[in-house]
Parts: sequence; structure tokens; C-alpha cells
Amino acid sequence: MNKNIKLEVRNITKIFGKDPQKVISLLNKGLSKNEIFEKTKQTIGLNNVNFEVYDGEIFVIMGLSGSGKSTLLRCLNRLIEPTGGDILIDGKNITDMDPQELRSARRNKIGMVFQNFALLPHRSVLDNVAYGLEIQGIPKEERYSQALEAIETVGLKGHEHSRITQLSGGMKQRVGLARALANDPDILLMDEAFSALDPLIRGDMQDELLALEDRVQKTIIFVSHDLDEALKIGDRIALMKDGEVVQIGTPEEILTEPADSYVSKFVAGVDRSKILVAESVMKRPEPLVPINSGPRVAIQLMKDHGISSIYVVEGKNRRLKGILMIGDALEALKTGKSLEAVMIPDIPRVAPDLPLNEVIPLIAESQYPLAVVNDSGKLLGIIVRGSVLGALAISGEIGQDEIPDGKASEERDSGENIPEEKPPEKMVLIGKNEGEAGPPPAGSGSPGSIINNGIDSGPVPVEAEAKNEAPAKAPARSDAMPGPEVKTC
Amino acid sequence: MLIPRLPIGDTVEFAVDWIEGNFGTFLDLTSDKLDFLISGLKDALLFLPPELFILGISLFAYFAGKRNIKLAAGTAFGFFLIHNMGLWVLSIETLALVLSSALLTLLIGIPVGILSAKNDVLYHVVKPSLDLMQTMPSFVYLIPALIFFGLGNVPGMIATVVFAMPPAIRLTNLGIKQVPKELIEVADAFGSTGWQKLAKVELPVALPTIMAGVNQCIMLSLSMVVIAAMIGARGLGYQVLFGIQRVDISMGFEAGLAIVIIAVVLDRITQKLSPR
Repeated sequence: MNKNIKLEVRNITKIFGKDPQKVISLLNKGLSKNEIFEKTKQTIGLNNVNFEVYDGEIFVIMGLSGSGKSTLLRCLNRLIEPTGGDILIDGKNITDMDPQELRSARRNKIGMVFQNFALLPHRSVLDNVAYGLEIQGIPKEERYSQALEAIETVGLKGHEHSRITQLSGGMKQRVGLARALANDPDILLMDEAFSALDPLIRGDMQDELLALEDRVQKTIIFVSHDLDEALKIGDRIALMKDGEVVQIGTPEEILTEPADSYVSKFVAGVDRSKILVAESVMKRPEPLVPINSGPRVAIQLMKDHGISSIYVVEGKNRRLKGILMIGDALEALKTGKSLEAVMIPDIPRVAPDLPLNEVIPLIAESQYPLAVVNDSGKLLGIIVRGSVLGALAISGEIGQDEIPDGKASEERDSGENIPEEKPPEKMVLIGKNEGEAGPPPAGSGSPGSIINNGIDSGPVPVEAEAKNEAPAKAPARSDAMPGPEVKTC
Repeated sequence: MLIPRLPIGDTVEFAVDWIEGNFGTFLDLTSDKLDFLISGLKDALLFLPPELFILGISLFAYFAGKRNIKLAAGTAFGFFLIHNMGLWVLSIETLALVLSSALLTLLIGIPVGILSAKNDVLYHVVKPSLDLMQTMPSFVYLIPALIFFGLGNVPGMIATVVFAMPPAIRLTNLGIKQVPKELIEVADAFGSTGWQKLAKVELPVALPTIMAGVNQCIMLSLSMVVIAAMIGARGLGYQVLFGIQRVDISMGFEAGLAIVIIAVVLDRITQKLSPR
């Protein structure tokens, strides 16, 4: 993604009340939201919000109800007038525009999709989609052909003459989306666009939005209160609380480096294995041995680091060649063979962006740590079992009860997103770690740490899984359980 | 302390005299225009022979009700009955008076309803006026109407307009205010001008409620015909009044029945015209 700034929000503040300036001066004195409300009976909708949205990204504004996320979105096209601050789209300040300029920006630059679809009930699908073009005075034939194109884009071809009342929720929101797309705006504002849909349809729509985004390359600003949704579709997420942005970051950053306890509490209920990728749990692959060095060097490195295996790389850009076990290295020293001859070249490799839930089965089967390599074969890092478990364990420690939002668990119940195989595999993994503590482990770090990690964090994921378990899911899982479960106990 | 009696009635009387004295010519001119509207409509409706008129209005009812054969048959039968009772000309006079009153009412009422929905200050002025118009006994404003416009159809029409205006304004106001906030946001977010928002979003969405106002307005206009007859309006109302004065049950009942028939037909047709 290129990093051109498409939209910039600077110090946006919104006060709901009769005397906003007074509130702003109180804010500057450092009074809290509640104190100000007590004093002035005015509410602070947004307090000094700053962020940038890059061209072509999906930027999710996320927060609980009342956190100001919808207010913020409506400030972006001035459906709500911000009390103070600037909003720049392509460098042009929206907040300075006169009504005419604003209208033109709304017609050409910014499309909007609404939570409850907000379709005009007296119009057909086609006329709803063509609305934005109609008010620009575009002749009928032209606007219909553009509208038909948009209808086709969202997969509603053949329904253009249907009445709105004949459509299902999912179809209605497709119309809403098509209406916004028909104007061909640069920026799409989506206000809880999928919240009114049932979970299965919601999942489909999210997938389609992502597919659509690949094709049309719009900048999308998406408001959501559903963390799973935010993590799924967001390139970056801004987490809001009480009218302020608490943290902005990629889904991974939000999960792995929560800015404060609110964020970590917020993300506690998330299934990390879907969000985290190989890259985020890998360790630095040190030490490494160049392929053209002798066995003596390799043995010395292993000795220094107290490890029993080492990765063999080639050249400056660390192309991964294989793994060398200490036994084989000693063998090579005796027989005078080269490293290349004794190393094991056939080791599992994964791409850095492979989701963790796909890493887990691989690492469970593999004898060695997984090597994370990029497209050109460069060794970026390694994944040992302990680090996978460690990353997953964070969610378990905080516990399911504290998910701030019911939607998250609702999504789980729907069943579509649950990686069914996962829990047993985690347990297999733990079992293996305990059983095979001896022979193969890591080539780097300390071999012991894997076992320790495995044991220490072992119970936690099991517990977390047990809590995660939706009642409806239980029977299906127990089928898959017995083997691993016996092992763990 | 003795509070002197406030000269409210006298003030109003003075105001009425003052208006009549200063705007007499204007009022006469208005009166002529309105009379022209009513008699023009009456002449137009009477131009058709009754049989053709019955056929026409039945066809209109048929298509207004989306091919509703029952409504068409009922309409035909009702108007045939009126014709049969020999009340045709009187009924058309009443119909012309009612329709022109309703037209004038809606021409004023719908814009006022829209404006008062958009402007809170106007709403706070309009609301008590509507309360006054609805609760003040209609005989009371017959007198100034008589003074301003003389005896005949026009003061009857004015009294009818005053009486039928409140529901037209109130329901238009309600309809516009009830347009969902999200739809207003849609209109704004896509860059509509104020007129586009009104014409393409607010009015169409409010239309069922506005049509209920239109229906109420026509019904109330009809209910005024007898009272309007007291200040010289012609038509069925005059016939009813005549029946009362002469204690002629037959004449009174037939004229009353004709009013009911017109009322029912107009009510059904306007209801069918309203979109759901």
C-alpha cells in the first residue's frame, strides 16, 4: 500500500451544548469529561482527535456505543459540524468549505453507507443507487448505466427494478453500498454498515468488502463496535473511548502492544490465532552459520549459545539453506565433510504473513522449529512452539468474562469463523512438548525455554479454550477431543 | 384592586372594522377571484351531462383504487342515486365549493406545514393559531367572513378554509418531521440541495401522512357545507337548511344523504390515492 495521506484529521473537537467555547476552556484547564458535564451540562462528543488515513486503506474506527465513533465519522463529511479542528481531504480543508464547495465534495469525493441502510422506500433499487447521480443533474440514461454498473459490482444484478421492501437485509446493504459506489467517490464512509445484519450475512459482507476493496481501491473509513470485524477488515484501527482516540495501529499492534489497560481489556476476548501471523511470534534466528564455513565454526557457535542445532544460511541476505544438528556437525568434523553435505536441507518454511491458526498445525507436525522466510528465501526468523503458545496465552490470562462487547461472542456462536481443529491441536502440541522434551528442539535460543514455555503456558490455553467454548459447540468438539485430552491429563 | 374589564371583544370588532375600512377594495377583489374559481369549477363540472360525469368519476375511482371494481361500482351507484333524487345541480355546486375550498386550504396548509417543520419559531407561532382555529366555534368567524366578503359562496369558502386548515398543516408538519433522520443524512451526505432534499426525499417519504391530511381536509370541508349555507353558500347545505326551516323531513334527509354519498366517495378515492 502506498502511504499517501488521503485524509487528515487534526484536533477535531465536538461539544454538544449551547456554549462550546466554555467547555473548551475548561478542557484546556484539564477538567475531566464528567466534571465538565456536572458544571455546564454539556457533553464532549470528541476531544482533540488526530489521525491520518492513507490512500487505499481500510481504516476502522472502533469503540463501544457512546465512544464518539459515529460522531467522528459524521464530522468527516460535516453531517455533524465539528466545534473545532481541521479535516483535510487531499490537502483541502473540509471545515472551511462554503455550502457549495461542501456539496461538491460530498457529491464527488465522499460516499457514505449507513447502519440501517437508509434506502429511500419510494424508489426502486435502480433509482436508489442512481440518487447521488440524479441530484448532480446527470441525464437519465447515463446515470442508469452508471448505477447498473454499481449494482453489478455489489452482486445485485437482476434486482435493479425490485422494490426496497422486497429485499433482505443483506441485499439492502448491498444497495446502500452500490449507491455510495455509483458516485465513484475516493473515500467511503461506512457507519456500522454491517451491524444490522445477522452474523452469517455479516461475515459474507465483510469478505465481499475486502474483495471489493481489492478491485476498486477506495479509501474506506469503517465504524464498528465489533472487534472481530475491525480486526478482520481493518488495515489499521483507531480505538476510541469517551471521545478520544486511545490507540491507532494495525490489528496486530493493537493485540500485541495494547497502549493501556483499556485496550488490553478490550482485545481480551479475541481469538488471537486468527489475527496474529507468523511474523509476530517469530524469534530472531541467532546464531546463524554461513554455509561456506567449516564444521568447527558451527560447533563453536552451538557451544557458545548452548544449543544443539543451528540454521545454515548463504550470503549476505541470509538465504536459508538448512539446519545443522550438533551430532552431524561432529560427524562432519571427523570425516571432513562440508556443512552442506551434513545439514538437513528439507525443513519446514512458512511465509511471514501466514496466520497463526495455520502455523499451529505445521509446528505440531514438525520436528524442528519453523523457519520464517520471505519470497526471496531470506530467513527472517524462527518460530518455536513456546512463542506460539506464549502469544496465544495472553488472551487466556485475561479471561472471557471481560470482553467489553457482546458482539464478539455472538460472532463466535455463529460458527462460521471458528477454526474447529484448533483446540485439539493446541493440546497435541502441549502433549508433545511434554513427551518429547529431549531430542529435537530448537536450533536457536535455549532449547530448554521451549519446554518451559510449553509447560508453563500449557494450562492457560487449555483453560482459555474451555472458556471460549460456546455451549452449542461442545458436542462437535468432544468428538475430536478424546485423544489429546487424555494426553494432557 | 379592581382590574378593569379588558375590551377584548371590542378590540376584535374594531380590528375587523378597520380591516374592512382600509382593505375593502382588496377584499372585494379577492372575493371576486374566489367566486370566479368556485363558479368556474361548478360550470366545468356541470358542462358534462350527469351520465357522462358518473361514468367519468367511476372510471377515476376504478383506476385510483388500482382497478378496484367495487369502489367504481359504489361510486356509480351513489352518484346515480343523487341524480335520481333530483339533486344533481345542488350536489355539483357543493362539490365545486368543497373542492375549491380544499384546494385553497392545501395551497396554504402544505407549504405552512413544511415551513413550520423546518422552522421552530414559525412552528411556535403556528401551533397556537391552529389550536384557536380548531376550537373556536365556527359560527364566530362566520360573522367577520360575512363582513369581509359579503353574502354568498366566498365567505362560506373562507369559513371552510379556516375550519379545514389545521389538519392539513398539522399532518404535513408531522409527516416532514417523521422522515427518518438517516434519510435526511443520506440526502445531505450525497450533496443534495435544500430543494432536492425536500422534493426527492422528504416529501415522498412524508406523502402518506400528507395524504391523510388531504383526506381530512376534504372531509372537514364537506362537514362545513351546512354551516356555510347559513351565510349564503349554495348547494346541498342550503337545501338542508331549507328543510330544517320548513320542517320538511323528506327534503332534509335526501340532501343530507347526498352529502354523505359525496363524502364517502371522496374519502375512499383520496385514501386510495395515498401510497402505502
